Amino acid sequence: MTYFEFLGEYGPRFLTGAMLTALLTFLASLLAIAIAFCMGLMRLAAFGPVRWIAIVYIEFFRGTSLLVQLYWIYFVLPLFGLTLDNFTAGVLGVGLNLGAYGAELVRGGIQSVPRGQWEAALALNMSPARRMWRIIFPQALVNMLPPWGTLLIELLKGTALVALISVADLMFEARQINGSTYLSAEAFGTALIIYYVMARMIISPFMRWLEGVMARKVGRA
Amino acid sequence: MVSSPTTAPETAPDSAMPMVRFEKVTKRYGSLTVLDSLDLDVEANEIVSIIGPSGSGKTTVLRMLMTLEEIDEGVIWVAGEPLTHMRRNGGGLVRANRAHLRRARANIGMVFQHFNLFPHMTALGNCIEAPIQVLGMPRAEAVARAEDLLEMVGLKDKMHQHPSRLSGGQQQRVAIARALAMRPKVMLFDEVTSALDPEVIGEVLNVIRKLAQEESLTMLMVTHQMGFAKEISDRVCFFYGGQIAEQGPPDKLFSSPDNPRTQQFLSAVLEAG
Amino acid sequence: MIEWRWDFTWEILPRLLEATLYTLLAAGIGYLIALIVGLVFALLQRTPSRILTRVIREIVEFIRSTPLVLQIFFVFYVGPQMGVSLSPWTSGMIAIGLHYAAYLSEVYRAALDGVPKGQWEACTALNLSPRLTYRDVVLPQALPIALPGMGNYLVGIFKDTPMLSVIGVAELMHTASAIGSNSYRYLEPYTIVGLIFLLISLPTAFGLRRLEAWVRLRLGMTRQG
Repeated sequence: MTYFEFLGEYGPRFLTGAMLTALLTFLASLLAIAIAFCMGLMRLAAFGPVRWIAIVYIEFFRGTSLLVQLYWIYFVLPLFGLTLDNFTAGVLGVGLNLGAYGAELVRGGIQSVPRGQWEAALALNMSPARRMWRIIFPQALVNMLPPWGTLLIELLKGTALVALISVADLMFEARQINGSTYLSAEAFGTALIIYYVMARMIISPFMRWLEGVMARKVGRA
Repeated sequence: MVSSPTTAPETAPDSAMPMVRFEKVTKRYGSLTVLDSLDLDVEANEIVSIIGPSGSGKTTVLRMLMTLEEIDEGVIWVAGEPLTHMRRNGGGLVRANRAHLRRARANIGMVFQHFNLFPHMTALGNCIEAPIQVLGMPRAEAVARAEDLLEMVGLKDKMHQHPSRLSGGQQQRVAIARALAMRPKVMLFDEVTSALDPEVIGEVLNVIRKLAQEESLTMLMVTHQMGFAKEISDRVCFFYGGQIAEQGPPDKLFSSPDNPRTQQFLSAVLEAG
Repeated sequence: MIEWRWDFTWEILPRLLEATLYTLLAAGIGYLIALIVGLVFALLQRTPSRILTRVIREIVEFIRSTPLVLQIFFVFYVGPQMGVSLSPWTSGMIAIGLHYAAYLSEVYRAALDGVPKGQWEACTALNLSPRLTYRDVVLPQALPIALPGMGNYLVGIFKDTPMLSVIGVAELMHTASAIGSNSYRYLEPYTIVGLIFLLISLPTAFGLRRLEAWVRLRLGMTRQG
C-alpha cells in the first residue's frame, strides 16, 4: 500500500497513541516541575540534612537509567506492597527522574541571580522568605526557561519508554502496527515524525512564547 | 521637604552615645586582617566621608554596618543600641541573633556601587516594595511617599519605567529614593558614583548634596570624589591598613594633613584625576 | 513483605557482572562512534555551502528531538528491509552512535564558537596554516569548553544502554529481565542492576569533573571571564 493508504488505515491509532503520549508528558511534567522546585530549593538550604536529602535524591535519579527506574517501579514495588498500574508507574518514573535534572536547573537559575540583588533586598530589611519570593524567584525563573525547554523535550522522549511496560502510547502503537504489517519504515517513521512535530512545533514554540512573556515581565524586552 | 524619619521605640537608649559607634572592631578574611581594632564615632546628623586606597577596609566598614558582613571582634552600636550584639538580662553583651539584626537593621539604609535595583519592577515598584512588604505600610501611603521621594531625586516622570530603560545616573537616583523610603536614620553610600559615566555623576552628587543640606540624616560615604567630599562633609576619615590613619575637618585634611600617608594618597589621587 | 534472598543473589551475580562488561563495551563503542560522527556533523556545519549546513542541521535537530528507543527500532527493523542485514548489536551501535553524535556535534559547535573570534584573526595575522590554527590555537581552547558536555554524554550513553535490551542485545537490563522472567524473582536482578549503574556512573561523573579541572589547569587557563 502507499503511504497515504497506510496513513488512512492506521492514522487513528497513531493519533490515539499520540494523545496518550501528550497526556503522559503533561502529567509527568507537572510532577517533574514540583519535584524540581522542591529539591532545587532544598539543595540550596543552609541546614545540612535538608541539603543532603536533596543531593541524594538528585544524584540517585540522575545516576541511574530511566528504564531501570521504570521497571523497578512497575515490577519490584508491588513486591513491597505498592502496586501501580502501568500508566501511573510511567508518570511517576518519568516525573521523578526528570525532576532530578530539573532540580539542578532550578538551583542554577537561583544561583545565576546577581549577588547584588540579595544584598539590596537585605539592605531593605526584607525577610528571607519575601526576598526569595519577590526578588530572587522572578529573576531566577527567567534565567531558567531556556534549559527547561530542552528538559521538557527530554521528558517527551522519556515517555516513549513506558511502551515497554505496555502503556498504549505512540511508541506502543508504532510497535504494534509494525508487528502486524511489517511496514517498519512507515510505522516507525510516522511515529518519529509525530514525536518531532510535538517537540519542535509544539513544545519549542510554546517555551519561546513563555520566555517572551517572562522577559517582558522582568523588563528585559 | 520630606518629613524627618521616625523610628521604632527603643529600650533604654543611651542618648549620650553617638549615632554610630565602632568599638575595637576587627574583621578578618582568612589570614588577612581588613579592619584592625577600629574605633570610629559618628554623631547624629554628621556627614562623614571615608577615603583611602583600595584594600584599606573602607567598604568593609559600610558593609558591616549594613550587616552584610559579620564582625570578628568588637561591637558596633547604632542609635545607642548594640547592632552586632544583644543586651543580656543580667548585663553584658551576647552575639545578636537574626531577629535582633532585623530590628536593628531598620535604622540603616544603603546605596550600592552597582545600584542593585530590582530589574523586574518599575522605579515606583522598587521604591514601594520594602515599605509595603517589610513595614506593612498601606499601598496608597507607600505610593504617595515613593512619589515624593522620586520627585525629590528628579525622576517622578520616570516612575513607571523599568531600570533597563534608565541611565546609570537615573538608576542610582532611584536607588537613593528606594533606600530613603524605609526612613533610615543612617544612610550609607558605597562608592555610588564609581560605576557611572562622568557626565551623569553630577546629577547623583546633586541629590546627595540636597540630602545633606535638607534632611536630618547621618551619612557615611565611601568615595573617590575628593572635591565633593571636601564640599559637603563635616569630617573626613582617611583609612589605611584597616585603621583610621587620620581624620578631621575636610579643610584641614585636604590642605595640610598631618600624616605623610594621607599626603601621599592625596597627591596620587590628584595626579590621576 | 518480600524478603531478599542472598543465595539467589550470589547465584545470579556472575551472569550480571558478565552482562555489565557487555554494557560497558556497548557504551564504549557507541561513544567512539558518536565522538567521530559528531565531529563530522559539527565540521560539516562550518562549510561554506549553505545547503549542506542546513541539511545537516535539520538531521541533527531531528535526531535530538525524537526518542532513542524509537530510533533503535527503526534501524533494527528498517535496515534489513533496505537490504542491509543487521544484527541487534550492530543496529544498536549505529542507532546509539548516531543519536549521541547529534548531541556531541552541538557540544563541539558550542566549543568552537566559544573560542574568541580574535584568536582566529590573530592566526591569520601571523599567517598560520589552518592545520596549525586548529591544532595549536583553537582546539586547545575549545577542549576545556567541550569537556563537561562530552563527559555528561559519556555517562548518558552508559545509562541509555538498557534500551538495547528491546532488540535483544544481551546487555545488563536484558539479562536481568531474562533472569526475572525465568525465576519469577525480579527484586534481586533489578535492584542489583540499579546498584551497578549507580556504582559505575557516580564515580565516573566525579572522575570526569576532576579531569576537567586538570585539563583547564594544564592548558593554562583558570576561570573564564
